[in-house]
Amino acid sequence: MVTLNINGKVQNVDAPADMPLLWALRDVVGLTGTKFGCGMALCGACTVHVDGSPIRSCVTPVSTVAGKKITTIEGIGATPVGQRVQEAWRALNVPQCGYCQSGQMMQAAGLLATNPKPSDKDIDTSMAGNICRCGTYQRIRAAIKAAAKGSA
Amino acid sequence: MSQVINVSRRGFLVGLAGAGALILGAQTVPKLLWAKKSSNGSTHADEAILHPNVFVGIDTDGTVYIVAHRSEMGTVIRTSLPLVVADELDADWKRVKIEQAVGDGRYGDQNTDGSHSVRSFLEVMREAGAAARLMLIRAAGQRWGAPDSECRTDLHTVVHTPTGRRLGYGELASAASKLPVPSREELPLKPPGSWRYIGKGMASYDLTDIVSGKALYGMDARVDGMVYASIEHPPVFGGTVKSYDDKEPLKVTGVRQIVPIDPFKPPAAFQPLGGVAVVADNTWAAFQGRKSLNVVWDNGPNESYDSDQYKKELQETARKPGKSVRNEGDVESAFGKGSKTFEADYYVPLLAHAAMEPLVALAEFKDGKVTTWAPTQNPQAVQDIVAKELGIPKDHVICHVTLLGGAFGRKSKPDYVAEAAVLSKKVGRPVKVVWTREDDIKFDYYNTVAAMYMKAALDPKGRPTAWLQRSVFPPITSIFDVNAVYGDPGHLQQGWTDVPYAIPNLRVENGPAKAHVRIGWLRSVANIYHGFAVQSFTDELAHRAGRDPVDYLLDLIGPARKLDFTRTEYPNYGASLETYPWETGRLRRVTEMVAEKAEWGKRKLGKGAGLGIAAHRSFLTYVATVVEVQVDDQGEVRIPRVDTVLDAGLIVNPEATRAQFEGAAVFGASIVRSGEITAKNGVIQQSNFNDYPVARINEAPYQTNVHIVESSAPPAGVGEPGVPPFVAAFTNAIFAATGKRIRELPLSRTKLGAS
Repeated sequence: MVTLNINGKVQNVDAPADMPLLWALRDVVGLTGTKFGCGMALCGACTVHVDGSPIRSCVTPVSTVAGKKITTIEGIGATPVGQRVQEAWRALNVPQCGYCQSGQMMQAAGLLATNPKPSDKDIDTSMAGNICRCGTYQRIRAAIKAAAKGSA
Repeated sequence: MSQVINVSRRGFLVGLAGAGALILGAQTVPKLLWAKKSSNGSTHADEAILHPNVFVGIDTDGTVYIVAHRSEMGTVIRTSLPLVVADELDADWKRVKIEQAVGDGRYGDQNTDGSHSVRSFLEVMREAGAAARLMLIRAAGQRWGAPDSECRTDLHTVVHTPTGRRLGYGELASAASKLPVPSREELPLKPPGSWRYIGKGMASYDLTDIVSGKALYGMDARVDGMVYASIEHPPVFGGTVKSYDDKEPLKVTGVRQIVPIDPFKPPAAFQPLGGVAVVADNTWAAFQGRKSLNVVWDNGPNESYDSDQYKKELQETARKPGKSVRNEGDVESAFGKGSKTFEADYYVPLLAHAAMEPLVALAEFKDGKVTTWAPTQNPQAVQDIVAKELGIPKDHVICHVTLLGGAFGRKSKPDYVAEAAVLSKKVGRPVKVVWTREDDIKFDYYNTVAAMYMKAALDPKGRPTAWLQRSVFPPITSIFDVNAVYGDPGHLQQGWTDVPYAIPNLRVENGPAKAHVRIGWLRSVANIYHGFAVQSFTDELAHRAGRDPVDYLLDLIGPARKLDFTRTEYPNYGASLETYPWETGRLRRVTEMVAEKAEWGKRKLGKGAGLGIAAHRSFLTYVATVVEVQVDDQGEVRIPRVDTVLDAGLIVNPEATRAQFEGAAVFGASIVRSGEITAKNGVIQQSNFNDYPVARINEAPYQTNVHIVESSAPPAGVGEPGVPPFVAAFTNAIFAATGKRIRELPLSRTKLGAS
């Protein structure tokens, strides 16, 4: 049993210590917005925030995040940056299949939280760990810039 | 006939009947459009008071239910086809609820592949909406004692034109439901000028759910009492289980049960591969349990498969005379006249789909019936294979279609859904089968490996007087017929038998190749390797002739005309050549347009930069693409800009269409840069995104400009046709930038940097 603070809600989660946060969220807690893509921190589909920073939940054992603030796609709209990211993603019709987009948006929100006006290079550096097989990168870049403008 | 498989792919079945598989349903549209109750349970549309056909229902509160019967994998088809219904119904989109159809023959073909959803269903959807609209108009006319001709619709309302009286659709639904359903012939379809949504488009119905994490994919399906399963598959195609440890995995917390799955009986088709499943309380436990299964395999005859060795065999076969599949003039004597000839070999390896959502399916076997929830492109094929595997009637299989986390053709083949059904029956609970990324890469139905040999005889100006092209690849039909070694017309048509050049002596050949893995369809399929060879060879000849590649390409395409297929078997993607002729004028036009949009020959390019062009028709759509590359001293390639022009006839949803072509450029970038599956001792060498890399944001085109040709021609495909011309335009651009010709994919095999 692990005690997790997920999107502001503290709860006991019946998961072994070594279970990755991804599977605890999805299979035990029932929050399925965070996606499984590779299981090796190679694709970013499972990105969530721990204490405000993006991490790959597929390689993060639940025991290491006990007591920390976990934010998932279901909770990101509670922050102004998260809201702007969601709005920009909608306005620019970023998703195609949409499966990777929660991870993309969590990564983007993490970027904007620390770098409100990212350059193209900053975006490349921050977002290169998040794969979109449908190929929405051009719109992801535009949406990050749009969300950044919204902060002005 | 040993089996019946409902596959509608690209008309590739022509000539296959009798080869062990009877395949039904080639691009069918429902003949019986009108309402019919289904044994698969009813939709809200079925239950709504006004229900003129299987696609529409209207309730007394004015809610319009529209059934999406095609699968949503990112093309926005789940929005675009219902949008057509809403247009002819003159419905307010805000009052439309889309519901996803289960697999059910009453909708006609549901296999969402081959880029033909709009082509095959535009008219059906228009009629579905128009029928409801006419019934509402007639009901209003009765209410007002007015002739129908005095009534019109205006966004969810019928209006009596002379008096301005109005009645909402909800108010009329009950009265309209008592009227006879109009016949097709009496339906007043809107003139295109009155279209409210068609041609303007609409954002995805699921957009808000996606950006808030609420959208439900196959991976997210849950039912009470379900357990999770992960399967150890035979590492070599056709292998079988000799032994495994059924004790050690049970020591993992959460592991419940170890269950063997029978191997398939050849041909593999869509059967489960077989293996050993670990059933557990959660996905993680199931994954962990597999680590101690220690399965010992009998690998079978494919153990000797080595992709490097096989490549040599393919290339040797490609150098030998093959089967002629198109022959014009006299190539032999043109080559024999002592004229200057040029030849080249091209090669494209096996490619994996690697959709972001690994394969997954949930199934519940109960009381002799199966209910599944699956991200499938092909729910009727799910019904077929599950019924066959469990020995139950097809109508005892209900297949709910979730959103698909990408698909690209892989999810047309429902082996993974059959696994879940088989396991649920054995376990006595609902079972969700989750493939790891490694499973997804290693047990794919790969886009086939192909070797192409090209030869041209050239006149003194470097223009071909004779042209021979020969491709060799293990065919997709091998999954249905173990003896199949030649390409079938449905795949040879893909950028091969339809080489559109005005050359008097022209022959197209195909050689034999035996498959050692499962071969399948991947976004644009045979067009990938065929287009790469034809468009690369064209570019090579242009440079050898010292001519501008765009001018040379246009010269080879020649004058505007319709290609003549009277002496060539050319299925035309299942469409008639009368409605969808192969028009070289349209290929010329997109080529000329893209050169203009890309400022071909006008842009000043710096050191290491280059432009490449390619033009290709696939899925009845004409596309030309210019790629700009920038190659640095270390050989790192960036793609600053892509311009692509498409003529797909009538476009329902332009924004979604642009997105498809932006995505196709990225998909093509992945193929060119690093797409390669290899095998040693029959075992696939790649496993995850570390060794099967796909393009990331910094490797994708920075800017893809998509230009749509305005057209009222019948609609053609948009999901796939962007890929083939991008591939060759990219490698042609690399030649322009570096002088290095890429004849083998992927690029990672060629050293581009200073050496």
